[in-house]
Amino acid sequence: MAGVVTAHLSRDPELRPRHRNEPRWVQWLLIGLALLFMLLIVALPLVSIFIEAFKRGVDVYVASITESDALSALRLTLLAAVISVPINTLFGIAAAWAISKFRFRGKQFLVTLIDLPFAVSPVIAGLIFVLLFGAQGFFGPWLDDRNIQIIFALPGIVLATAFVTFPFVARELIPLMQAQGPHEEEAAVTLGAKGWQIFWRVTLPNIKWGLLYGMILCNARAMGEFGAVSVVSGHIRGQTNTLPLHVEILYNEYQFSASFAVASLLVLLAVFTLIMKSFIEWKSHRETAKEAH
Amino acid sequence: MKGSKRKSRRVLPGFGLSMGFTIFYLGLLVLIPLSAVFIKTSGLSWGEFWETVTAPRVLASYKISFLTAFFAALVNLVFGLLVAWVLVRYQFPGKRLVDSLVDLPFALPTAVAGIALTAIYAPNGWIGKFLEPLGIKVAFSPIGITIALIFIGLPFVVRTVQPVLQDLEKDTEEAAAMLGAYRARTFRSVILPELIPPLLTGFAMAFARGIGEYGSVVFISGNMPMKTEIAPLLIMTKLEQYDYMGATAIAAVMLVLSFLLLLLINYLQWRAGRRVIAE
Repeated sequence: MAGVVTAHLSRDPELRPRHRNEPRWVQWLLIGLALLFMLLIVALPLVSIFIEAFKRGVDVYVASITESDALSALRLTLLAAVISVPINTLFGIAAAWAISKFRFRGKQFLVTLIDLPFAVSPVIAGLIFVLLFGAQGFFGPWLDDRNIQIIFALPGIVLATAFVTFPFVARELIPLMQAQGPHEEEAAVTLGAKGWQIFWRVTLPNIKWGLLYGMILCNARAMGEFGAVSVVSGHIRGQTNTLPLHVEILYNEYQFSASFAVASLLVLLAVFTLIMKSFIEWKSHRETAKEAH
Repeated sequence: MKGSKRKSRRVLPGFGLSMGFTIFYLGLLVLIPLSAVFIKTSGLSWGEFWETVTAPRVLASYKISFLTAFFAALVNLVFGLLVAWVLVRYQFPGKRLVDSLVDLPFALPTAVAGIALTAIYAPNGWIGKFLEPLGIKVAFSPIGITIALIFIGLPFVVRTVQPVLQDLEKDTEEAAAMLGAYRARTFRSVILPELIPPLLTGFAMAFARGIGEYGSVVFISGNMPMKTEIAPLLIMTKLEQYDYMGATAIAAVMLVLSFLLLLLINYLQWRAGRRVIAE
C-alpha cells in the first residue's frame, strides 16, 4: 500500500514502436484473461451486493437502512472513525517527520515496528485489549472497582479500531517524505523560518495529497473493521454494534435483503474511497507536471 | 524543539517532539498491548502450552489457514502479475476502471466482501449453481476460503509489481529490443529478473494478510472444525467459551509466525531499495 501516490506519478502510457509489442492475439488473450479474473473475483461481488439489497424492493431497502438499530450502528461507526483517524494522522505526521528529516540509529527497525499492526490478525488485535482491560484482564479488577468499562463499550471499539488503522497515514507519508528529503525545510531554516512555520508553509503543501490519501485509506479501514471490533464489542444491538457487525447479525438471522442493504452503505464508502484516490492521483500528477514545465 | 539546540548537527527542529510522540504512541497502543499476549502465555508451563497449540483441532486450523493463504497468494502471484502487465503495457476500453477496481479489496469492509462472495459462490449462487452440477463445491469448503483470500490479497501483488513494470518499460527493454533480443528471451532474461523482488514482496504480503484474515472468510468457509475452521476463528471460538488461555496460546504462535513474515518482507524491500541506490 505504501507510496501508491508516489508510484503513480509516472502513469502516462508511452507509445511504443510496434515491433516491441507482443502480437495482437497474444495481447487480447492476456487482456481477456485478466478481465475475466477481475470479473469473477472483484466486479461480480460488488454488483451482487446491490442486486441482493434491492431484491425485495426499494421499500425493504429503505426500511433496513433507516431502522433504529442500523442508525445507531452508523452513529457508532462514524464516532469510532472520528476519534481514531485524527490520532493516527497526528502520529503519522510525527513519525514521518522524525524518520524522513533526521538520521538516527535503528530507523529501519522503527519502520518495521510501525508496520506491526498490518501483520497482526484482526482477531488478535481485539484479543490483546481483552487481555488488558477485560473482566479477567490485567487491569480488569482495577477498572471494575472504579466502574470504568472499556471492553464491550465504546473505548474498546476505539482502541481496536485505532490499533488496526495505526500504520496507514505513516506508511503513506514516510516514503513520500523520504523521497523529498530535508532540503527544502533546511533552506527555510536558513531563511529564518521557525518550527511550525516550516511545517505549515513548506512541508504540508508538499505532502498534502499523500496525507489526504493516507487519511482516506485509514478512514475506510476504520469504518469497515470487522474482526477486531467483533472481539471487543460484545454485540449489544443498538449500543455497541458497528455497521459491519450489524451486517453480520442480520445475515446470521437470515435477513439477507436487510443485511445486503446495510452492506451497500459500506460499499458506497468504498466507492467514495476509490474515487477520492483517483482524484488525488490526478491532482498530484497535474501538479508535478506543472512543476516540470 | 529542544533537540536542535542540544545537537548542533540537526538543522531542523522538532526531532525530540516528533520522535517522542512516535515512541510514546507506538508503545502505548501497539507494543504494550501486544506484549500482553506473551505475558499471558508465559503463565502456562511449556507442557501445557505445547499441549494447547498441538491439539488436533488447533493443528488442523493452522494447516487450513496456511495452505489456503499459500494457494491464494500463489494464484495472486500469477494473476496479479497478469493484471499489472495488462494495465501497464496495453490499451483497452475500461482500463481506468479496472485499475481502480484493483484497490477495491483495500477499501471494501471485509465482512461485506465475505457475504458478497458467499452469495456468488454458494450452491444456489450466480456462479456456484453452475459449479454444483460439476461436483465442485466452492462455498463452505477450503476452495471458498481460498477465493476470499485471493480477493483480499490481489492488490498487494498488483500494486508492488506495477510501479516496477512501469519503470522497466522505458529503459531496459528498449535496450534489449535494440540489441535484437527475441520477445520471449527479453521477458526471461531482462524483465523477469527485475520482477522477482516485487513479486516476492507482494506474495509475502498477500500470504501474511491471508493467514490472519477473518471477516471475509467466516461467511464463505462454513466453519466446520477440522475441515474449514481457520485459526483466527478458533481464537474467536475459544474467547466465546471464556478459554482465554487457549485463545492466547494460539494467538502467540500466530504472532511469532507473522512477525517472521514481516521481517522477511522488510528485508526484501530493504534489499530492493539498496539495489536502486547501487544502480
